[in-house]
Amino acid sequence: MSTTTTRDATRPAPAKVSKARPRRGLRGSTFNFWLFTGPFLLGLVIFVYIPIGWSAWLSFFEARYTVTPDKFVGFDNYKLMLTNGDFTGSLVTFTVFAAIIVPVTWALSLGLALMVHRLRFMKAFFRSVFFLPTACSFVAASLIWKMSIFSGVRFGMMNTVLSWFGVENIAWLANPNPPWYWLVIVTVRLWLQAGFYMILFLAALQNIPPELYEAAAIDGAKPGWQTFRYITLPQLRATSTAVILLLLVAAYQAFDEFFNLLAKSTWGRPPLVELYYTALGDDQDYGAGSAGAVILTLLICTVTLLQGRFMGFGRGEETK
Amino acid sequence: MTTTTEVREPVEAGAARKTRDPRKKRSRSVFSSAGLYFATAVCALLFLIPFYLIVRNALSTDAEITGENWKWFPTDIQWGNVTELFDDPTVPFAQSLWNSTVVGVLHTIGTLLVCSLAGYGLARIPYKHANKIFYAVLVTLMVPAAVTFVPSFVLVSSLGWVSSMQGLIVPGLFSGFTCFLFRQYFLGFPKELEEAARVDGLGYWGAYWRIVVPNSLNFFAAIATITFISGWNAFLWPLVIGQDQEAWTVQVALSSYMTNQTVNFHLIFMATAISILPLVLVFLFLQRWLVQGVAQTGIKG
Repeated sequence: MSTTTTRDATRPAPAKVSKARPRRGLRGSTFNFWLFTGPFLLGLVIFVYIPIGWSAWLSFFEARYTVTPDKFVGFDNYKLMLTNGDFTGSLVTFTVFAAIIVPVTWALSLGLALMVHRLRFMKAFFRSVFFLPTACSFVAASLIWKMSIFSGVRFGMMNTVLSWFGVENIAWLANPNPPWYWLVIVTVRLWLQAGFYMILFLAALQNIPPELYEAAAIDGAKPGWQTFRYITLPQLRATSTAVILLLLVAAYQAFDEFFNLLAKSTWGRPPLVELYYTALGDDQDYGAGSAGAVILTLLICTVTLLQGRFMGFGRGEETK
Repeated sequence: MTTTTEVREPVEAGAARKTRDPRKKRSRSVFSSAGLYFATAVCALLFLIPFYLIVRNALSTDAEITGENWKWFPTDIQWGNVTELFDDPTVPFAQSLWNSTVVGVLHTIGTLLVCSLAGYGLARIPYKHANKIFYAVLVTLMVPAAVTFVPSFVLVSSLGWVSSMQGLIVPGLFSGFTCFLFRQYFLGFPKELEEAARVDGLGYWGAYWRIVVPNSLNFFAAIATITFISGWNAFLWPLVIGQDQEAWTVQVALSSYMTNQTVNFHLIFMATAISILPLVLVFLFLQRWLVQGVAQTGIKG
């Protein structure tokens, strides 16, 4: 209702027309609203809301090999998941992973953006080069990393390069001690994602008014670190926050590269891989899997809400 | 006399302006600019190494890849690897390419259709519960699709859609995020155009198809490019759904190479090269829309 009235008030149409239109428009608009949004909303209910509800229901039942269970077990599935060392361990794996990948990707993409931004010719070429890895899938990249770059055998690229310096072969992925596999996992995601976030930083860099730099120069700020620290970085704050949020959510959903690089090894399993083996592995334990999904969903909702708060605050401060 | 002063003045003003601009002054120093290009070029080389390895391995023989000494380039370029890959019976690679194409195209068309209509409805058609419905869409943004793959699988398997095309395509069509992007875009669409259409006697439906969509093709292209890329590269859902080989997408087929008993390096890398090729072409030819799409979807995300 309120939307209609404001629309009519702002509409500068002749009085005669605007009197006739809202009545017909209103009646027709309910029909039209459902005509436009109906298919999407129906799909959203069937493929998003129902699965989530069904899963929440399954998580209270013993549901092995079946999705229509009849044995109610209360919170047993939740207890099982939370006392299961593998599941809690996967949360630790995620924490370690996020603690490395988020700052490193942030720094690299910002660095690339600063470099490309300052180029005067061949700018488009270098931007394309850094952006191109975004075209690759995690599966393809994992394959290159596992089969060629970080292959544990002699003809792997890293081992070849190391052999020129007389270093012995390193089993990058096959051995959790020392944990070289982290290097493989972090670099693959870094390579795939840095260009994407570089584009976001480049867009933000272009929006910084050049007058700020001129004013800083007049005030005696030295170009280089000082201008970067006191002008560029604060001006990029909104983008930085958004990038960190995106990186964190993406890290939480990491699956492809862990699944493909580490295959069935028992170390380095993030939450989604653990969930995959619980629900769709040999046990097909949909009850426990659903309980795990509910726990992960609640966790990520809390994080997103908290971050929305922080981002909201951040924006508020900047507009002041 | 007067002419000389007139000529001299602007030159001096221009020179003063030049020296005052700190960025220009800095980048004029040849030394720092050479260093900048050197650093950028080194980074670019590092970023290109994986592409080089794909091409090198895809066009070599296994003996060259696994040989004693590192070979930078194959002695003879092995184009025969392409036919060998498609004739290999262990992994249905041609079938998986076809599946990925069908899934990618239908997923993109379907998502654009369903989500743009809904986005327009939420942005422009007055309805008293529109706000509540919009919140119901926003809530789904907080739950990433990857986390709900267990419940989605439960539903899709009880519909009997495991290892089927509809199982691969349909559940992904109803993206709350894409709908949200379209709504934001349509909120900024100039109202005057639609009003003109309404004066001409078009209803919402007619105005949408004849005025709004033809004037939004850039935005549609940007979203389409992003949607196609994410559909082509998706792995978790196709892995869950593709239990039979006939329903594998390219990504699932690639993944299966890594767990195979026998490893044929040249075939694996030829498969990787072919799987990446369509997207590299998309990147090279549609980069304008892509960058626009990333800037739009990324910042709002």
